Amino acid sequence: MASDRQLPRADRRVMLMATCLCDAFYADAARATVEVLEHLGCTVEFPEGQTCCGQPAFNGGDWDASRQVVRHAVKTFAGDLPVIVPSGSCAAMLTHGTALEFEKEADLGEVRQLGRRTWELADFIVNGLGVKTWPGRYEGRIAFHRSCHCRGSETVPAALALLSSIAGASVAPFGESDQCCGFGGTFSVSFPHISSAMGTLKLEHIRASAPDVLVSVDMSCLMHMAGLAEKAGQPIRTQHVAQVLRDALRNGNLL
Amino acid sequence: MARQPIDQFVEGISAEKRASVYLGTKVTHEKRDKLLHDHYADPDALRRLAGEIKQHVVENLDTYLPKVEAKLQSNGVKVHWASTAEEACAAVHGIMKARGATKLVKAKTMVSEEIGLADYLEHRGIEALETDLGEFIVQIDHDHPSHIVRPIIHKSRKEIATSFEREGLGAYNDDPETITRRARAFLRKKFLQADVGLTGANFVSVESGRLVIVTNEGNSRFSLAATKCHIALVGIEKLVPRDRDLGLFLNLLARSATAQQLTVYTEFISGPKAAAQPDGPEEMHVIFVDNRRTEVLASECREILRCIRCGACLNVCPVYRQVSGHAYRSVYPGPVGAVLSPLLEGDKFADKADLPKASSLCGACNEVCPVNIPIPDLLLRLRNKGKREHAPLAEAGSPPMGAWALMASSPAAWKTALVAGKLMNVLPKTWIPIPAMKAWTDTRTLPEWRGGEFRKWLRQRPRKADGTKGSPQSHTP
Ligand code: SF4
Repeated sequence: MASDRQLPRADRRVMLMATCLCDAFYADAARATVEVLEHLGCTVEFPEGQTCCGQPAFNGGDWDASRQVVRHAVKTFAGDLPVIVPSGSCAAMLTHGTALEFEKEADLGEVRQLGRRTWELADFIVNGLGVKTWPGRYEGRIAFHRSCHCRGSETVPAALALLSSIAGASVAPFGESDQCCGFGGTFSVSFPHISSAMGTLKLEHIRASAPDVLVSVDMSCLMHMAGLAEKAGQPIRTQHVAQVLRDALRNGNLL
Repeated sequence: MARQPIDQFVEGISAEKRASVYLGTKVTHEKRDKLLHDHYADPDALRRLAGEIKQHVVENLDTYLPKVEAKLQSNGVKVHWASTAEEACAAVHGIMKARGATKLVKAKTMVSEEIGLADYLEHRGIEALETDLGEFIVQIDHDHPSHIVRPIIHKSRKEIATSFEREGLGAYNDDPETITRRARAFLRKKFLQADVGLTGANFVSVESGRLVIVTNEGNSRFSLAATKCHIALVGIEKLVPRDRDLGLFLNLLARSATAQQLTVYTEFISGPKAAAQPDGPEEMHVIFVDNRRTEVLASECREILRCIRCGACLNVCPVYRQVSGHAYRSVYPGPVGAVLSPLLEGDKFADKADLPKASSLCGACNEVCPVNIPIPDLLLRLRNKGKREHAPLAEAGSPPMGAWALMASSPAAWKTALVAGKLMNVLPKTWIPIPAMKAWTDTRTLPEWRGGEFRKWLRQRPRKADGTKGSPQSHTP
């Protein structure tokens, strides 16, 4: 990803962008993110005014609406603290997507400044803080879904390194792991047939490796896959990476 | 909510067809990936380099095109310029008329599909026969290719055998070898009767004026060996600066397109037959086709002109794998087509404004593209263009986000909505649109609403004593 990105400060103060999805549905993933960061000695600030990263409108092509929301995020997360996001997708929006939609805007500089200090959580832990292994204990076979917006970023190797280093945990490989789960935001509802077919195929591959839990850095993909699996009468257990890390700490009495 | 045409199309495809397209694309993709990584320490570096070279060409066409024209002319080639599809077809027809020619054999070229050449010539009493096996089958079926490299990926061998029987090419037999043998016997006669051989070109070297044509069936070579006149239809973006660039491009193309180290036939043609050569065309024409490529060059999506038509993005694309090529209503399907086809429509962009939306933006296409085209970025730009221009197909299914944007830039409103669960009433219209809620819940359940819970936990949890271990602090800037 961006080579000009800004490393964390010595005092480990960070800001948390919880994401609208965690704000609305997945409170525990956001909570686990805070607990994990604090375990690493970070002081977590939560700007109350935060809403969304602007991606829904960006992907929908409505860039005026998206820019309005991004400008709000720039204001909300002003300063020079790293911004940690428990989502590869929202992180990609702020590091890459915004640069595209602000290409010709006067405030491109401010938007990029936010992008340079935005980190996906696993990437931050490994490449920002230099933590390469994870303590505690987590019993289970993990199927790790490589969410698509992490392509080309440091997130996937980082998350895999952390997960596979936990005592008791193993990462189970599955077929076509580079393929999309079919979520794609509005794609999932304007192309429901294709989206569901993609997700069903993904679930078949995942089930074939008989994991105990399906893990991702993005709740959006997990929401799609868990929703599909449940509707089909074959529910699967899903956890955000932060929840696995947090549970490992708990199981090891480190929290 | 309005379901997209492509999503509706997919329901009409039989399970058998879907399975075969899926398998065909998956196998090629996986072989390609293995081959690239077996042979090169860093294939991504090669893709980036190839992308930079083609981007350089695309941005310097104004100097390269006159240069290659001069070179071709000094090699004895007649150069023609066609700014539209119509002009390109007319140029071919004009050359044939001047020779009194009525029969043409054609190697596979996507530009000829793009300009509708076969129909144009047939209407004027000229036989224009496809000699690539796949394209030949498409032609006898009056069908359209559904893949840019494997035109009949959508056809089963049973269907092909039936077509052959219908065309009088022997009794029903669906053994692939028999089918190939029969086509070959039929085409052989046609090659020998033809006056003109028409090909495309995968690359043209500006340095030497060499045309490079790759095939796996040798039909292009046969077309040129048996005829007296060679016409090459070439998109203006097909140039590479130097002969030595070809090493990079040929290696990437064969691996990306068909998972081969090198295609079976790779021809380098620098002009008509020389006096000392016993066979070959005495006359050679290159028709450079624009057909809106300069408009694409001037657009915000010019990177798509780097494309070398390898089809790797189709093979990896999860949407293409489900819907196959005809769903795109275009000569160029799949990810490359979702960008290129609407652009090639020019002022009829709106007719295909839905294509850029037929993607989960997963980025697999960019990851495999041998010239590293940022296809997802281009899809996003075209979605934005569709919205800006109020193209109905672009707006269908993704309504204006003004209300959402207002909400998402007003913290007080956002928080109230979160706690009251009213966010459901704003989020849904946009990101899970309410009319689309059914589209979601038909196949998936929705998670439980927990709006505001995280914020409440953060506010209410006991503070830690040591201070260093992150007492949560909230601030409102
Ligand atoms: S866009 Fe790239 S991957 Fe797709 S056909 Fe063109 S060169 Fe190949």
